[in-house]
Amino acid sequence: MLNFDLQVIWQELPFLGQGLLTTLLFATLSILVGLVLGTLLALMRLSPFPPFFWLATAYINLFRSIPILLGIFWFYFLVPFIIGRSLGNFASAFIAFVQFEAAYYSEIIRAGIQSVPQGQIGAGLASGLNYPQVMWLIVLPQAFRNMIPPLLTQSIVLFQDTSLISVINVREFMGASRIIAEKEGRPVEIYIFAALIYLLVCLISSQLVKFLEQRTDPKRRRSTETVAVVG
Amino acid sequence: MKKLAVFLSVILLLAMACLVPSKAQEAPPAQLYGALQKIKESGKVVIGHREASVPFSFLDDQKQPAGFSVDLCLQIVEEIKTELGMPDLTVEFTAVNPQTRIPLIANNTIDLECGSTTNNLTRRKQVDYALTTFVTGTKLLVKKDSGIKEIEDLAGKSVAVSQGTTNERVIKAFIEANNIDARIVNVKEVAEGLLSLETDRVDALGSDDILLYGQIVRSKTPDTLEVVGRRLSYDPYAIMMRRDDSALRLVADRRLSKLFASGEFNTIYSKWFEPLKIGENTVPVPMGDGLKNAVELQAFPE
Amino acid sequence: MRYNWNWSILFEDPYLGWILSGLGLTVLVSSLAWVIALVLGSLVGIARTVPVAWVRTLAGFYVEPFRNIPLLVQMFLWFFVLPEIVPEGMGRWLKRDLPYPEFWTTVIGLGFYTAARVADQVRAGIESVPKGKTQAGLASGLTWTQIYRFILLPLSYRLMLPPLTSEFLIIYKNSSLGLTIGLLELTAQARQIEDYTFQGFEAYITASLLYALITILLLVATQGLERQLRIPGLIQRGT
Repeated sequence: MLNFDLQVIWQELPFLGQGLLTTLLFATLSILVGLVLGTLLALMRLSPFPPFFWLATAYINLFRSIPILLGIFWFYFLVPFIIGRSLGNFASAFIAFVQFEAAYYSEIIRAGIQSVPQGQIGAGLASGLNYPQVMWLIVLPQAFRNMIPPLLTQSIVLFQDTSLISVINVREFMGASRIIAEKEGRPVEIYIFAALIYLLVCLISSQLVKFLEQRTDPKRRRSTETVAVVG
Repeated sequence: MKKLAVFLSVILLLAMACLVPSKAQEAPPAQLYGALQKIKESGKVVIGHREASVPFSFLDDQKQPAGFSVDLCLQIVEEIKTELGMPDLTVEFTAVNPQTRIPLIANNTIDLECGSTTNNLTRRKQVDYALTTFVTGTKLLVKKDSGIKEIEDLAGKSVAVSQGTTNERVIKAFIEANNIDARIVNVKEVAEGLLSLETDRVDALGSDDILLYGQIVRSKTPDTLEVVGRRLSYDPYAIMMRRDDSALRLVADRRLSKLFASGEFNTIYSKWFEPLKIGENTVPVPMGDGLKNAVELQAFPE
Repeated sequence: MRYNWNWSILFEDPYLGWILSGLGLTVLVSSLAWVIALVLGSLVGIARTVPVAWVRTLAGFYVEPFRNIPLLVQMFLWFFVLPEIVPEGMGRWLKRDLPYPEFWTTVIGLGFYTAARVADQVRAGIESVPKGKTQAGLASGLTWTQIYRFILLPLSYRLMLPPLTSEFLIIYKNSSLGLTIGLLELTAQARQIEDYTFQGFEAYITASLLYALITILLLVATQGLERQLRIPGLIQRGT
């Protein structure tokens, strides 16, 4: 059955385009919230205050040992029983997703923070700054510069993972593709098209990451792959 | 003295706690409870729909939910609007499939499930149904040249069934009871089953006969397919809702009764079944005796 | 909303059987996929480092698509698209005669996807071996094959143990994607139990605990392995 029907893709482009926009929206929001939550978690993990440390460690280990799909199902099917109402599929997917990504980000951020020489903290404290100020003004800026390549790589993985939320009928790109593939009975053309779009977006993003890496620190050995790949 | 103070304050706190209304209390009959209360508070009704259950509940060419069951549900929504005095009630649609429809009713994600769901006694342990709106049964969809005429002809062949449907249970039970050497392939829902049949993954698709006719009109090659076999089960369809919610049930049944009595139900039926069509393909499905009787018997007087 | 807890239902037939079969399938799929990932990934990863340019580029062509297309999409390509674009006879065999197509498709899809990731780890591992060792080998008259066999590979694999074990854990979690093509692995079984019995919390908690258990067991096993094979003096990356 090698008669490709590109007409279908052309016709449904608006619908698929909307799905892609939803994916981009979802991914962007998840990245932003995930980074904030992840930073918080990393700081808690590094904190000398036992409750913070144990809470963060438990959280991170939990969300790193179960599959994202299971988490998405949790939030969509079971959480409504706990809070008495449903959040709808987009919100459920978003909350579940962000929690997982925050755990993954936090490990990268923690490694980044730990890579800042201890002396910096000591010098900051000696200059009269308090601990939060040291973190905010000295450590985090340097840590983030180190972490940008692995964080960006993880964000590309996050972008790919958004395809999972189609399982609870969110009409993002993969979900929209599935609807068309089943409606028109043309899985071949649609899924190949979807794969190509993802490939394109991710390739371009990876190239941008590599470009950014060269610009920020050309002398450093490429750290994108050598840091233990989390996720 | 101090101990007495502590004791008294604890009693006071407990007394105050008892005054806080608990959600689990049954509201007195005049007040709203259950789905109607939720609808009143949130200002919207959430309807669960199917994506390709032609012609009951599917996405039309504009990818909007449409269909026979959807129309009936929108009628019920009108009745809810009157009941609650909320003419501006909004309707929100959420896609469901046979595996998710019951959990999503149970956890309050959707208020009404408007698809092609069979009302049976086992499911009534978890959910409730409005009046019966369609009558059908399990049959097989096959390619005309396959030579399959009844379920017994499936020996040495494969049949697709959707997970979580009455068809799945009936076909599995029949095959096991009669030792038929057939392979059962699970698909997510009937549309995927059509795809499997057309791409030759399976020899037959087992589902409710009306849904099979709906899949024939969806197909790009309808003349190659046919529905065969005797009815293997009795499947009365009804709109699904949460259990223990007689208030919502009454609203739904009241509207459906009115539709049955006034003949408007027959008009809606004709719109979707006489003929059943998608694009250029049509199949006329006149109202069967079972449904005619159901309409007559369920037109409850005021 | 009310919820009635009932843990005992998980131990009844057929639900206990479902959980066990789900667990078994998860373990089986992940292990088989890991074998593919390790073998294929190593070959590609090594190919990315050889001093022959066209081999490197070719290997690069493998890695890029598999790393930049979501795993879910890849599964769908294997399951829905592949049988339609291969010759008719092979397509029919894939769709009908292959026993348990969801199982094998998940294994292959998961294996090839992870292989691309493993390939990158292997390449990074080989590249991180200090150049001096390779040069010493060349100076001593070893051929490239011997250099790989006696110097580069043994060293780099021991260096790569942490990221590789991380990949193994990731495979276990990714095996859950099999449910989208009908594989009744652990997550799918938890959902099915929820659908049939309404004891969703019990089912999901059990599934989560089982995944966590697998993770812990694997971590313990590989930590032991790491301790055995650790190379003092060379950079050790933590997971």
